[in-house]
Amino acid sequence: MNTIIPITEIQTEAVRQMGVCNACRYCEGVCAVFPAMELRRSLSGQDVDYLANLCHSCGACHFDCQYAKPHEFAIEIPALMSQLREETYSRYVWPSALAPVFARNGLWISIITAITVALFIIGFISFTEPSVLFASGSEEGAFYRAMPHNAMVAIFGSVFLFSILAMSLGVRRYWRSTGAQGSMTWRSLWQAAKDAGQLRYLDGGGMGCMHESEEPSNSRRVAHHFTFYGFLLCLASTSVATIMHYVFGVQAPYPWWSPTVVLGTLGGIGLIVGPIGLLKAKREKHDALKPERSSGMDVAFLYMLLATSITGLLLLVFRATPAMGLLLALHLGIVFSLFLSMPYGKFVHGLYRYAALMRHAHEQAQINKH
Amino acid sequence: MDHFHIVIAGGGNAGLCAAISAARAGASVCVLEAAPKDWRGGNTRHTRNMRVAHDEGNGILTGPYPVDEYMDDLTRVTNGNTDTELASLTLEKSSELWDFLAQQGVHYQPSLGGTLSLGRTNAFFLGGGRSMLNALYRTAQALGVSVFYDAKVSALDIENGFFESAEVTHNWQSSNPRKSVIHGRAFIAAAGGFEANIEWLKEAWGPAAENFLIRGTPYNRGDVLKQLIDAGVQSVGDAKQCHAVAIDGRAPKFDGGIVTRLDCVPFGIVLNNRCERFYDEGEDFWPKRYAIWGRLVAAQPDQVGHVIIDSKSIELFMPSVFPPLQADTLEELATLIGIDAMSLNKTVASFNQACRGKQFDHTVHDDCHTEGIEPPKTHWARAIDTPPYYAYTLRPGITFTYLGVKVDRDARMIMSDGTPSANLYAAGEIMAGNVLGEGYLAGIGMTIGSVFGRIAGDTAAKRVSN
Repeated sequence: MNTIIPITEIQTEAVRQMGVCNACRYCEGVCAVFPAMELRRSLSGQDVDYLANLCHSCGACHFDCQYAKPHEFAIEIPALMSQLREETYSRYVWPSALAPVFARNGLWISIITAITVALFIIGFISFTEPSVLFASGSEEGAFYRAMPHNAMVAIFGSVFLFSILAMSLGVRRYWRSTGAQGSMTWRSLWQAAKDAGQLRYLDGGGMGCMHESEEPSNSRRVAHHFTFYGFLLCLASTSVATIMHYVFGVQAPYPWWSPTVVLGTLGGIGLIVGPIGLLKAKREKHDALKPERSSGMDVAFLYMLLATSITGLLLLVFRATPAMGLLLALHLGIVFSLFLSMPYGKFVHGLYRYAALMRHAHEQAQINKH
Repeated sequence: MDHFHIVIAGGGNAGLCAAISAARAGASVCVLEAAPKDWRGGNTRHTRNMRVAHDEGNGILTGPYPVDEYMDDLTRVTNGNTDTELASLTLEKSSELWDFLAQQGVHYQPSLGGTLSLGRTNAFFLGGGRSMLNALYRTAQALGVSVFYDAKVSALDIENGFFESAEVTHNWQSSNPRKSVIHGRAFIAAAGGFEANIEWLKEAWGPAAENFLIRGTPYNRGDVLKQLIDAGVQSVGDAKQCHAVAIDGRAPKFDGGIVTRLDCVPFGIVLNNRCERFYDEGEDFWPKRYAIWGRLVAAQPDQVGHVIIDSKSIELFMPSVFPPLQADTLEELATLIGIDAMSLNKTVASFNQACRGKQFDHTVHDDCHTEGIEPPKTHWARAIDTPPYYAYTLRPGITFTYLGVKVDRDARMIMSDGTPSANLYAAGEIMAGNVLGEGYLAGIGMTIGSVFGRIAGDTAAKRVSN
């Protein structure tokens, strides 16, 4: 299924700029993009789609570049790659009909979230009784009086499975289009996992990320770690809860010392500190690193994560009060929207990034073998 | 009116090393950079490495490069045209530079790609020269050094070899420039050569200089060099000496830098506008080949050369940033280039008939050569017969000039009567001609800049504290 996709304006510009980079190569120690570029004497649209997702937008190559604007070669790799990355998400999305949601992503995600929250509130009122909205309770099973457990599992299970399916199909399209080359080894998978887990390429090759100015700083990397590991902890919390429910038959809400709550609380804190740090970094970003057009994708995703963690923690704190019902509806509505919008928002950057890192690890391993 | 202990003209590697050393020694320092901030640093922004002596490899430098070997290399490329005392001093002090620059925040990387095999001898800056400069500027500014951008030294007040003050024109490129006088107890000239001053180049080269491309910054105009020579400082070197390489003819007039490098000469033939070959394209490897072709092209009509290659060779060299002209026949290629098709056919045909040898190997001096044509091609000669055909245009690209001011081992300028100035110092390209009288050795310009920048900063600071 190697469909030839007509080359877009941004891809064309990326091919031009990478042509300058490939003749210069001063940045080859800065990150993975440049060594990967050097393996390709001429670049196709698919090649730059791959390179764009290797770029972590650390900004170092911009401040290191002798050809950056105002030079007439007008090289602006971080800003251009940001824009191209967003384009790749819509280029390979499944189903293709949903490609336009990436263009005005912030708006779409806000609308969907508003609708899902409203639906949960209406659902609580109409499927049980209006009073559950103001119910309280921290005893076992209290949440399921507001919304039956089976309904919760059915609704969240199906949206989650749909998202996983949609994202898998999208990333598969991306993977195939950017060029299959031999089978992956466990080693490359592991290398990519390490590179992603450490954000190895978000440090300008050792000097640090340069998002604000040529002064290196690790703040963006740290904020991303909080966000990513916060997210993983929340995922772990949910998994433990599932095991508690089905294996041990213990129903939510769980006491504060249970692994579910501890993991969820830590994750929730990560998902507050991290996104706030990333939003701050985004605001302070140097103009030269900002893409020309903004879809609002990054900001929308960060606010979704923040909303998830804040409502989750509020639920924990106020679950014994009459605010529980409304908070539960709010939290579930936001989480539902987060799941639903995963394949159609910034979340996919992690998957595309991982795929690109895997390809890079594989390519480099093949070179070293020869 | 401003006062600083030390006034430095030029914000490249040499100027910043001087500023950092002087500031660390307690002096108040200002750096006058003629370029706007985005263009700061002169030719340093186009560099990527520095040649440093070392007795053993260090994981990034792949092996030892003792001072003696460095000296042999320098003597060879300069044909002995070097001040031995200053050369030994430079090469010995170069062994301190790795650590010195690392302390100023400069990072290194292994020499991975590209065509140069300098991994043993040269320290490569992570991210290149501009990244290195950014680190030096950060350090200098943290030490309290004042940096003025868009600040051109328009006049120097020098009385009998003694610096009093500099007249500075701020925002000199704007519609409302502002003049100020900056006083100092010592002056360090680190303002580079005059390669971007076409008028001056024409004095040495004649009208041909109009067609030269300048690989580095347009701000290397040699104003400070001229002011110093006018004030009675002794000069070294010849205005006609410059490092000229053949680069892609489509490069911008200034600041094309590394990406205009083109190393395809040995894979084909090189013709002038009249479709005549004019030099043995297969004489030698880079960098010897690289260093002579600029002058060869400069001597041709309109200062232009055309490399003709065929599809057998197109993947064998580093591409320049501009795609080659491409055609399925030599006639079409001639039309694209704008040269006579019949003459091109004739030259290629006679070259093809003259090719001998079987074992083409561009990594060694192979046995593929020509017989019976003038000039011969002594290696890598293969018939140009497999379309598509490709053409690149070559023009002389000027990297730097050699004319400079004479200095002693304390980086003090020597006046025309042979006595050292009391408070005039020089570092970098403006005095590199003392060490590199002619020829070229990759990365030594940066070495001279850092070594003499440090010496100038240290000795000037010592002087002003007395």
